Amino acid sequence: MRILLTAVYSLFALVVLDAGCASGPVSDDGARQRAEQVFRESFTHGNRQMAENVERQDEVQELCTRYRNDPPKDVAEKIEKAEAASIRYPVSGKLLGDWRQGEKIAQDGYGMRFTDPDTKRPNGGGCYNCHGIAPAEISYGTVGPNLQRFGAQRGVGEAMQRYVYGKIYDTQGFTACSQMPRFGHNGVLTEEQITHLVALLLDPASPVNR
Amino acid sequence: MASHRLPALLLAAMLPCVCPAQQDAQKEVERYRQLLAEGNPADLFEARGEELWKAPGGPKKVSLEQCDLGLGAGVVKGAHARLPRYFPDTDRVQDLESRLVTCMVALQGFKPEEAMKNPFSAPGRPSNLEALASYVAGESKGMKLDAPLSHPREIEAFQVGEQLFYRRAGPHDFACVSCHGENGKRIRLQELPKLTDPNDARRIFTSWPAYRVSQGTVRTMQHRLYDCYWQMRHPQMDYTSEASIALEVFMAKYAKGGEIQAPGLKR
Repeated sequence: MRILLTAVYSLFALVVLDAGCASGPVSDDGARQRAEQVFRESFTHGNRQMAENVERQDEVQELCTRYRNDPPKDVAEKIEKAEAASIRYPVSGKLLGDWRQGEKIAQDGYGMRFTDPDTKRPNGGGCYNCHGIAPAEISYGTVGPNLQRFGAQRGVGEAMQRYVYGKIYDTQGFTACSQMPRFGHNGVLTEEQITHLVALLLDPASPVNR
Repeated sequence: MASHRLPALLLAAMLPCVCPAQQDAQKEVERYRQLLAEGNPADLFEARGEELWKAPGGPKKVSLEQCDLGLGAGVVKGAHARLPRYFPDTDRVQDLESRLVTCMVALQGFKPEEAMKNPFSAPGRPSNLEALASYVAGESKGMKLDAPLSHPREIEAFQVGEQLFYRRAGPHDFACVSCHGENGKRIRLQELPKLTDPNDARRIFTSWPAYRVSQGTVRTMQHRLYDCYWQMRHPQMDYTSEASIALEVFMAKYAKGGEIQAPGLKR
């Protein structure tokens, strides 16, 4: 009897655990609405424009939040299609910029924090926060994949240049709810800055590939 | 082609282990941590906090000794290990800092905005709240974290915190989970805890407030959250805001059972 009871309890625990771990839409709309209200009431003393910009999620942010970055296939495909369509390539057609400037952008985390008032200073990409890039830089993060020797391994042709440019411009055109910022789509980096990062990863002369 | 690419792929897979420069850097960081652990400057903040706690202060010239931190008026020992929690007198779920403000207002006669005027110190401008938080947290050292999660308002705070943990917003699409959702990740060389993993949560949540070497002062959990949202390109989070406390309740659930090691010592 005791064994049976234990088995029943274990099963119950499993079911409860399973429900707790299940991904997908969070059924509790009430908690979500309450959280939105709490969020709006918790950033009231700073820059009002900045607060409005984070209170309002765009559709992708809203969906990725709702599905906790693991959207069902149809939602993921919808996001990827719309985001891929948003990618703007430079009118000059030149995708390979200057890797030296790319390295500076990859190192620089400046921009868009509430203590970054200098609008004349360009934003950085902060790429090393999450990626290994040039092998000489040993202070790199591991949230994203390691990109050391990227061009040497992947090739440097036009198709690869378009891919890398697109990935940096809007990573969610390729992988819905990726953790990486949509640098071009959200106006964090300019088209020209992105071409410099393409060069950092692909130019045979870049320290990434030498 | 395949045979040509194989060595490169193997090398790429091995890179994190074979790069001697990086091993050296990690060893250096370890050595630095050990050196620092031999003497934690947070001790000074604890001592100053205890003095502040016991000295008459505020418009009413009363000490904080009768403050109720959740275990009854005047009980400091072990109180931090049971926070955040719901307080009937304020009808709010409160964390340590929020409750300190409550006592400064109720006992000492400060206006709330006066009590919260200087939550985070700057050079030449020490913060009483950082010292008080160090003292109270230190009085739970060695105890196991056991923040209650039974009152309906505590459960609601947990649910709100959970929603906020996954909430993506701002020009970088960041949420808490962007950095704290996976094991063994780093930003630059800084290791990141996965806050829904009890092993990480127990170790990390219980070590705040902490002396931060890079900032030369004790920083509190409120500051940690404010600093995270700064990096997330959000506006400044209000001190003791409901969102900040909800996130603490969320973290405290995963950190339950962790030994309080506050005030800790960090980069």
